[in-house]
Amino acid sequence: MVTTTVTGAQAMVKALEKLGVEVAFGIPGGTILPLYDPLFDSTVRHILVRHEQGAAHAAEGYATSTGRVGVCMATSGPGAANLVTGLSNAYMDSTPIVAITGQVGSSMIGTDAFQEADIRGMTFPITKHSFLITKAEDIVPAVVEAFHIAATGRPGPVLVDVAKDAFTSTTPWVWPVEMDLPGYKPTTKPHSRQVREAASMIAEAQQPVLFIGGGIQRSGAASEVAALIKTAPMPVVTTLMGRGSFPDSHPLNFGMPGMHGTVAAVGALQRADLIVSVGVRFDDRVTGAKDSFATKAKIIHCDIDPAEIGKNKAVDLPIVGDAKLMLSDLEHHLRETKLPEISNWVSYLTNLQTKYPTWAGDDTDNIIQPQEIIARIGELSPDDTIFVTGVGQHQMWSAHFLPHERPNQWLTSGGAGTMGFCVPATMGAKVGNPDKVVWGIDGDGCFQMTNQELVTCALNNIPVKIAIINNQVLGMVRQWQTLFYDQRYSNTELHTDRIPDFVKLAEAMGCVGLRATTPDEVDSVIEQALAINDKPVVVEIVVSKDAQVWPMVAAGMSNDDIKYARDMAPEWDEV
Amino acid sequence: MTITTLSVLVQNNPGVLARIAGLFARRGYNIESLSVGPTEREDTSRMTIVAVTPDEATLEQITKQLNKLVEVIKITEMEKGKTVRREIVLVKIKADSTTRADILSLADTFRGKVVDVAADTVMVEVTGKYGKIQAFLEMVAPYGIAELVQSGSVALARGSKAITDKAKVS
Repeated sequence: MVTTTVTGAQAMVKALEKLGVEVAFGIPGGTILPLYDPLFDSTVRHILVRHEQGAAHAAEGYATSTGRVGVCMATSGPGAANLVTGLSNAYMDSTPIVAITGQVGSSMIGTDAFQEADIRGMTFPITKHSFLITKAEDIVPAVVEAFHIAATGRPGPVLVDVAKDAFTSTTPWVWPVEMDLPGYKPTTKPHSRQVREAASMIAEAQQPVLFIGGGIQRSGAASEVAALIKTAPMPVVTTLMGRGSFPDSHPLNFGMPGMHGTVAAVGALQRADLIVSVGVRFDDRVTGAKDSFATKAKIIHCDIDPAEIGKNKAVDLPIVGDAKLMLSDLEHHLRETKLPEISNWVSYLTNLQTKYPTWAGDDTDNIIQPQEIIARIGELSPDDTIFVTGVGQHQMWSAHFLPHERPNQWLTSGGAGTMGFCVPATMGAKVGNPDKVVWGIDGDGCFQMTNQELVTCALNNIPVKIAIINNQVLGMVRQWQTLFYDQRYSNTELHTDRIPDFVKLAEAMGCVGLRATTPDEVDSVIEQALAINDKPVVVEIVVSKDAQVWPMVAAGMSNDDIKYARDMAPEWDEV
Repeated sequence: MTITTLSVLVQNNPGVLARIAGLFARRGYNIESLSVGPTEREDTSRMTIVAVTPDEATLEQITKQLNKLVEVIKITEMEKGKTVRREIVLVKIKADSTTRADILSLADTFRGKVVDVAADTVMVEVTGKYGKIQAFLEMVAPYGIAELVQSGSVALARGSKAITDKAKVS
């Protein structure tokens, strides 16, 4: 056998090719320069972004929309540090990405060398795992393990930090390589006794709810959810990260629970006698005040991460395993189980849903309602459109008013709540899905954090569509100021009615810029945007700064205190 | 509050201690002591962590969060009564010709070893369980303690089973 000798950098590029990486987002710099040289000749497409945060979010957008591992790259020091926000976002939302960073030469580590930062130390809390590589021969095993760890079990971000001299020194090329991960054995197959027990708990429940989240998307378990509900019809609620895991148009889908959830979804969890939760983590934005959350319910909790079970909410039946396998096993058991009649429970929730629909805005003439625009974008776009959002009011409206019919077409920053996620994540999703329409629905505040990636889109033929819901303020923060801080609007006015001119800004970045200021212009700009496929398009839609997101459970309050509009509490027992 | 001793077998990689210490710090878990050292295998290290937890749920979270670390191979909760637990203390006790003999005799009672004698101090090494060491320190306190250093706990389960028995250490 002939052994080829390669540099560490060549080895890494070859490994990325062998792993089937088609694209990486990044920016070169001093310590990672050796990697960029062989990358120049590689089949791996490198997209030169304008800020490393954009590289990380683009990798997330790519990963979430394709189900593959996203890759981002940065140089040492500030380059690596700029990835931090994206890594933390990917960690919170369990997104499989691998970040490759250059590090100063191994002999310089720890000397406060130029552009040195202990990126591994900085990212311990926000990565699933990380490597610091100082020898060329360790590069390939680390890359292989990084991709495996990122994609399996509960997915998450993995960092591979490589000292410059490991890139430049030589090593024999060895492929394939054995992984050495004695401590990494995710449990995917759920325990059959536990699943059987879940089936018998469902058979005894009078008021059951299936509570599903982002784990369904990551596991690819949407068809198993549909099959389960067909066999054992019961109300379904889907978290922010789980939107699209079960079609909104299904009569048993009562929407999103939580702080800005529907009255019916919140009511379903609060009044359930059994919550079958799969791929959720009982986040505080869902439970409200924990001690008053779902007090009547027995809890079945299935998650691939054992640490999520019992972390936020004590459970009656824990099931560790992959959502897809668990749901399919459960469905199998339920086929032979006699299920109780629950039509009173379903009609109670249906009545709640009819009586307290999600607040769609004031019916005021000549003012564009943000809820309405978002719904229109959904209605006018093709069924397989991928939607991406930033964080804030526009995100909550998008969660309610976009069509959520299929999985993995909804990308949002959930756990971390990262403003600035939208534009780069939209870019990443479009790169992974060049034949689909990819819409980013963003706010004027969020957009100004990362919009420079539109330059990347324009130069690299990535024709994304971005709708800026411009309410001239940091809308969600302002909503809290309206409700809880006596309308003292401290530092939430962005003055985006004056500066920047988003249309000109879009044009300056090589995009088409469009603007709608009155309701009759809305359809026209959306249709124009949909007709353009050779350039990125930015559509600015000007709305009132006073538009609010309802329903709402005030922070720290019980879900029972939900308001469907300001000062308007639902009457739980009179529906 | 309960005190629990966890034995944690980890891959002997650089940074693994920082990962574990960081986990305890950021999730707000209290450690009474942590000691780490080599094992019978070159590629693994073993940590003995004495954790102070307010309830069973917190202890369960500590174990689960530790298990999520890729480099953690195995965690065992050491059972009371079935575990040999040891700490070591080195203590420099003030001593003169009138007290030295008493101190030496105390050290002997606690099966301590005198490891250094100077003109006005005696250094004693005592090994044992936490309680024994505390008792010794109380006895010598009246003479004056010039300096002391104490290790964390190390622990092994009694019997022939090893922590590595069920852990696949390739």
